[in-house]
Amino acid sequence: MTAVLKGASSILAHTPDLVPLGSKPTREIPRFEGLGEQCLAHLRSYREAVAYPPNQVFIGNIRPDELAEMKQPWWRNLTADAFREGPYGEIMPQDEFYGLLKAADAFDLIWLEEGFQSQIAAKLRLHPLLGDLKGLGGGRTIAEIRDKLARNEALPLNLGCDLVGCVCQAHEEDEALSASVILEGLSAKASAFLALRHLLARVNPTDPRDIDYLLDFSEGAVGDRYQRGGGNIAKAIGEMAGCLNATGADVKAFCCAPTHAIAIAAALVQAGTFDEVALLGGGSLPKLGMKFQFHVKKDMPILEDTLAAIAILIGKDDGVSPVIRTDAIGVHPICAGASAKEIYEEVAVKPLNKLGKRITDIDKYSTELHNPEITVAAGRPDTPLINYRALGALACLRGEIGKEAMGDFVRTYGMPGFSPTQGHIPAAIPFMGHARDMIMAGRIENTMFMAKGSLFLARMTDLSDAVSVIIERNPATRKEVS
Amino acid sequence: MDLENQARIKKLAEQYGRENLIVVQGAGDADSSELVAETVTTGDPSYAGPLTEVQLGLPVYHILEPEVKQHVPSDIYDEQVGLMELALDAEAIARAVRGIRDNASAG
Repeated sequence: MTAVLKGASSILAHTPDLVPLGSKPTREIPRFEGLGEQCLAHLRSYREAVAYPPNQVFIGNIRPDELAEMKQPWWRNLTADAFREGPYGEIMPQDEFYGLLKAADAFDLIWLEEGFQSQIAAKLRLHPLLGDLKGLGGGRTIAEIRDKLARNEALPLNLGCDLVGCVCQAHEEDEALSASVILEGLSAKASAFLALRHLLARVNPTDPRDIDYLLDFSEGAVGDRYQRGGGNIAKAIGEMAGCLNATGADVKAFCCAPTHAIAIAAALVQAGTFDEVALLGGGSLPKLGMKFQFHVKKDMPILEDTLAAIAILIGKDDGVSPVIRTDAIGVHPICAGASAKEIYEEVAVKPLNKLGKRITDIDKYSTELHNPEITVAAGRPDTPLINYRALGALACLRGEIGKEAMGDFVRTYGMPGFSPTQGHIPAAIPFMGHARDMIMAGRIENTMFMAKGSLFLARMTDLSDAVSVIIERNPATRKEVS
Repeated sequence: MDLENQARIKKLAEQYGRENLIVVQGAGDADSSELVAETVTTGDPSYAGPLTEVQLGLPVYHILEPEVKQHVPSDIYDEQVGLMELALDAEAIARAVRGIRDNASAG
């Protein structure tokens, strides 16, 4: 049984007032007088976030190649034709996302002010995919919320200058259940749920009860003090989305987790273990505002103000969806070296060799797709560009292209980064929806998704990791054409 | 330059003494290489990190500069760095880092 890519969704939640609760702002703001005010002064409006060209690429209204032609800086050249909805998902405003957090909360840890909660419940009832959300009745008085915050048992949820709720700690002593960790977990759960809803609205099957298995590749790990990465957020998201016949598990491998998850899901389908496997990646609260000080210093908006989530459906062959080449999964084994050349040879060249292909036989490479506007402002290079140059250099070393063609290689086989700083989300997969559509429209034949993970950050090994997956046009469609 | 790396370099300079340190960096383009070089010589130009207004004056080189390359066996250099040497604009990077070094020594 061949495994195919049946669909992919991508959503953003614009959460500017959660930026001060990101890991870096939480640590830095108390250290410098006035930094908190400067941070707030550099937050974007929802309208600006929606009109930001990379965000429109993320939800599928603009193709990455079109973004490459758009005037930079993108934050100064907002797109006139910007929409909340796109072919792969939506950009949700903050107030609705707070409502989604409440709906994701099974333990009464998100307290929303009663008037606000009632207003948001009404708003979400009108959402085409969220009319059935539960747990949005009632609410708390503002006095109760203020009292909880005064006792240092919660973190505030603000809407601009207004306090509208709080996130409560789930245990008095357990740091793994502190208010910030709870908010991190619920942010991942709520955003991944939204991505899953969009996915199921766009694919066949659309009934969540037809999903057999769920694999989560979110950056955060949920648990308690005795098992900090215990899991299983995949099942929690599935429960919320009504995937009643599924169970699941969490896949952890730093930024490699998404491509590991794709390889595992494809293998489960190909083995006949499950028919429909949904992959889920929720947004990362700690990454909000990660480079905010640089953006403030450069007097540009803080661009790390959105949570991003992606859902992918891998299922049995439907005769039309692109197939996943499980016979050519690229891996970076423990014995392999860590230089760029060794990594690319393991992850790009070896799987291509198995298929009798060269580097230039892949039409588009999707590597780390981090938005360069975020990193370059912080004095860091354009990571996608460097990755594509390295691949081009490898093609050159292998005699596939001349040195003079390396610049064209980047333009032809690569794309600009367009994903916000959201942990594992930028790792190749934001191109998944685009790739599927471009393959099915005959614009490209295939794509290689390549992700690298910095395992050394956990201090358990000094190794890094890398996994690649190739998807290509379904051969059944080729037969029809011939 | 990453704020945590700034803190690390500042600590190393205090621990071992500036005169005993050389910085070898591997940033991926000329602009970021120049920023790293500037940060460890005259201080963080973005005024965001621990090296703001801290003039460590450390000698700084890029791994792609000939001064570093000549100290590495060629087979090892080719294996470990060769691909990125071809991929990146080594000349522009070297020019940027050398410029900061020259300014620092002139100052």
